[in-house]
Amino acid sequence: MISMGTTKTKSDGTGALRGRLIAVEGLDGSGKSTQIHLLYRWLQIEGYKVFITEWNSSVLVKQAKRRGKKEQLLTPTTFSLIHSTDFADRYERQILPLLKAGFIVLCDRYYYTAFARDIVRGCDPGWLTNIYSFAVKPHIIFFFQTPLEVALSRILSNRPRLKFHEAGMDMGLSNDIVESFKLFQNRVNEEYLKMAPDKGFTIIDATRPIKDQQDEVREILKEKIDLPAYFWRNPK
Amino acid sequence: MKTKDFYGIGLPGVELSDLPGKLIVIEGADGSGRSTHIELLRNWLEQHGMAVVNTGLKRSTLVSEELTKAKEGNILSPRTMSLFYATDFADLVESQIIPALRAGYIVLADRYIYTLMARDLVRGTPISWLENLYGFAVKPDAVFYLRVSPHLLVERNFQKNLTLDYWESGMDLGLSRDLYESFMKYQRMLLRGFADMQKKFGFVTINGNRSITATQDDLLKRVRKILNE
Repeated sequence: MISMGTTKTKSDGTGALRGRLIAVEGLDGSGKSTQIHLLYRWLQIEGYKVFITEWNSSVLVKQAKRRGKKEQLLTPTTFSLIHSTDFADRYERQILPLLKAGFIVLCDRYYYTAFARDIVRGCDPGWLTNIYSFAVKPHIIFFFQTPLEVALSRILSNRPRLKFHEAGMDMGLSNDIVESFKLFQNRVNEEYLKMAPDKGFTIIDATRPIKDQQDEVREILKEKIDLPAYFWRNPK
Repeated sequence: MKTKDFYGIGLPGVELSDLPGKLIVIEGADGSGRSTHIELLRNWLEQHGMAVVNTGLKRSTLVSEELTKAKEGNILSPRTMSLFYATDFADLVESQIIPALRAGYIVLADRYIYTLMARDLVRGTPISWLENLYGFAVKPDAVFYLRVSPHLLVERNFQKNLTLDYWESGMDLGLSRDLYESFMKYQRMLLRGFADMQKKFGFVTINGNRSITATQDDLLKRVRKILNE
């Protein structure tokens, strides 16, 4: 990967940064958001400098994204680019400053979400890797692995109102939105599984009880991260 | 008919075979005379029975409104801006340029990836990252770069706008607190950026320091040559 000239961090490591970056990835319905929330609560209550971030957008990017999606103006390339814009904004305004300031930063989805989704839409993996090369690799990437049927039933049993792009309707897989969602999620899952060994995902079996998964996640964190270094210097 | 190519990886699901149109790009700083010369070229082409589409940066409908707002408020980081511009440009390529080329139009583009790349280059973005990013751009049939000295640019900008533009002066770079100083420094940096890119992307430099007529004659001669190919 090519590192960016403007940030003084290596793209393959996070040595220059005092903070620690933890990302969770997985299909919709894998339970990853629940797990990262519990992880956040634990670290927060124990008194660590921790911050949780979701794939939220700045107002401007959100406006453009919403219009593009609503009016179905987006192609695979513009869909990908508008999300990378969004990511860059979130990264440079929030994630990177927090890492420099020595926080533990928890990310509900990171660029692997974009890789999986955009590759399914036909974008070139090398092109994507290079675009996102400005962002540091997380110290730990938890991948919550679920059989497709489990994830689908968790999502679909709530009778959700699936959104056009979320269901991959732009790909013409099926005219039925639920059917399209299933086919699309299946392909996204395949991409995740392909990525897992190369990208160093820490796989968590997301079919187990919530508490068991959380215990495992916390153990891994204690093992891989020198947690005492992240206490608030001036206890609240 | 020459077949067209992408600069790099291209666009998923888009074939470039059977694009009979021509893509002609005019590059240059604000005040280099781009729009004047594009207008004159258009007149000539239409007079000679050729269908023309004018296009250019920030003319896509996808994100241009937000881009304008972002420039006013200076609220997005450089990399966010650069990807925002790339989004806008990709939309332009897919929704305007390729369809027009397919329909056999002469597409006159008021700036292209080179301006976007030059701006990012002077802000420290590596060329390799930019080349990869813009791998979806269609290689133009010709790129004409209107090279105008910074001194002349300043005069023309004052003539046109009465003031120097914040972004065209590169004020975000903190080169100088003085707008004039910053403009001169920034435009010289861009000139160097274009000079570096010239060979790599094979564009033709047109001396834009001359009168409109002299410059247009030069430009037209070269455009006619391309149309005869």
